Amino acid sequence: MSRKFLSGNEAFAEGIRLARPQVISAYPITPQTIVVERLSEMVEDGSLSAEYVHVESEHSALSCAIGASAAGARAFTATSSQGLLYMAECLYYAAGGRFPIVMMNADRSTALPWNIYGDQRDSLSQLDSGWIQSYAENAQEALDLALMSYKIAEDKRVQTPYMANLDGFVLTHTYETVEIPTHEQADKFLPPYETDNRIDFESPKNMAFSAGPDTNYIFKYKEHKGILAAAEVITETEKEFAEIFGRHYTGLTENYRTEDAEYIIVTLGSIAGLCRETADKLREQGVKAGVVRIRYMRPFPNKEIADVLKNVKAYAVLEKDISFGNEGTVFTNVNSALKKAGVDVKGYNFIGGLGGRNISAGDIENICTSIAKGTESVNFIGIGGEDNGK
Amino acid sequence: MANKAAESISREEFFYGHKACAGCGGSLAVRAALKVLGPNAVSVLPAGCMSAVGFNFPQLCFSNNSIISTFAGTASMLTGVEAGLRARGYKDFTAVGFAGDGGTADIGIQALSGAIDRNDNIIYICYDNEAYMNTGIQKSGLTPFGAKTTTTPAGSNIHGNIRPKKNMFEIAAAHDIPYAATASVGYLADFIKKVQKASQIQGTKYIHVIAPCPTGWGVAPDATVDIAKEVVDCGLWYLAEYENGSFKLNHKPKEFTDVAAYLKKQGRFKHLTDEDIQIITASRDKKWEFIHKNFEL
Repeated sequence: MSRKFLSGNEAFAEGIRLARPQVISAYPITPQTIVVERLSEMVEDGSLSAEYVHVESEHSALSCAIGASAAGARAFTATSSQGLLYMAECLYYAAGGRFPIVMMNADRSTALPWNIYGDQRDSLSQLDSGWIQSYAENAQEALDLALMSYKIAEDKRVQTPYMANLDGFVLTHTYETVEIPTHEQADKFLPPYETDNRIDFESPKNMAFSAGPDTNYIFKYKEHKGILAAAEVITETEKEFAEIFGRHYTGLTENYRTEDAEYIIVTLGSIAGLCRETADKLREQGVKAGVVRIRYMRPFPNKEIADVLKNVKAYAVLEKDISFGNEGTVFTNVNSALKKAGVDVKGYNFIGGLGGRNISAGDIENICTSIAKGTESVNFIGIGGEDNGK
Repeated sequence: MANKAAESISREEFFYGHKACAGCGGSLAVRAALKVLGPNAVSVLPAGCMSAVGFNFPQLCFSNNSIISTFAGTASMLTGVEAGLRARGYKDFTAVGFAGDGGTADIGIQALSGAIDRNDNIIYICYDNEAYMNTGIQKSGLTPFGAKTTTTPAGSNIHGNIRPKKNMFEIAAAHDIPYAATASVGYLADFIKKVQKASQIQGTKYIHVIAPCPTGWGVAPDATVDIAKEVVDCGLWYLAEYENGSFKLNHKPKEFTDVAAYLKKQGRFKHLTDEDIQIITASRDKKWEFIHKNFEL
């Protein structure tokens, strides 16, 4: 175990080094770029032994990773924003083919207008592509997720690709002190990739075939069961992780001061820290506030969300995305979880941070105040003027 | 070398029981190439005719390892397969792609260009039937001038396809690829020889094989090989190689057969006027001038 001062991107690259991918297909896009740069340096200095492929686009990046995974190799790629959208076709392909590729996505806004800064519209628009989706809060978690991601994705019950999301700039470019496990520890935790879902010269396979109406549905059902199975595997993996590395994670969600909370903010990614600080401050003022951080958007924590929100007076979903013409995507998912569980609690949606716009502690305090007294169902933070979401 | 390859070609079938139309030139090209490359070939085929006729679960028609790629992703998936197998310690295999003209010259050209740029150790075979045949005969970037397709109808306003074919062979060569070749299923021994040669060269290999589609071309199913031979004999296609920075012509017709006769046999060219045929003949002659000037003969 060593300590280094690393950005989120660099921490993730360290985690990937420890996971020993055999093929890395790399294409640069801001703010993901540093990951592919660091990995190329690791291949150059010999600290990582992998085939490093300079692909010519994001579509090819994932297509190449799919080919490598079909060859039985552990594959890695990374992207962001328009790049993720450009490779969208391949996202569905990797999931349907049950190729447990790991990809880091640096969460970034989507065009138009062009903008390179962080929000979560890119990955949340791809929730239905069949990938596991995690959202890290800090660089340490990013590193740890990089290492855990392969173990979860490659589990025979799961066999599903894994998208690890890091908030663009706020997390990808912010430096923190990070603990880096040794290769010995990592190897103890993560064995080499073994699968039957690969090219086999002893018993040749036809892979990625067509399936007509009579069988297609069965394959898709199995794909669904695979991603659902990830929930249990995530818990098991985190337990094993804690035993080896001593850091504990909390499954699909992370709760903060929720036991007796009357008002809860549900959010994801790096903004959660500020939400927790604000909850502490509000608690000092006598407001019983709590925070739920969603760590995994897929599989979605339906039960966890319903359990934690069932006794509150009101909850807010704070998110950096929008499903145009409706509301925030996380809000839709949270509402659905509550409805299924028969929980009838007032919920409000707060959309902010689009295109990297700042969300302040004051904004978060206002959220709690608004939901205590009641507000619009969907609110836009800090739009200003006549259009402040009212 | 050609005869040797033809004589020693495997009797084993690697593409067997597929549902291609009778007389399919594409399946002939795939079948012959796999016989040359053998059981350790790993084939990648994009969405297109050959994947549609060979990969319908549970009827899977390849007896070598084969995988369908995305339409645009033949070359990039080949790259991944090759890198993945190499990373796992395999040495004795050939990563080969079979993509149609649309999958190669249109949607897949970027990935192909990327693979050649990296000089990935793959063979990329374009079976060119000169239109999107799997979706029902629409114009591709390799549809020849004058051809009628369902998206280039031959009426009085549009008169079939008004643009010439992209020259994928020369586009591949312009990347300074280690090996590129043209071929035709009408000259099967030449094609087989080129596949065999490609399998022995390190780096990226591109083979462009004319593979007529009786359905799309409007010829009888048993005319495939003859028409694929005739397109070479009348000079509208040529058999050549690019290697070590030079072009080489492999087959020099002493005298061209009649272009009009070649065209008029096919439903897709039925509407052509004498003037159209003159344009096509002139463009052939111009091409051959270029060949005479720039190719080793």
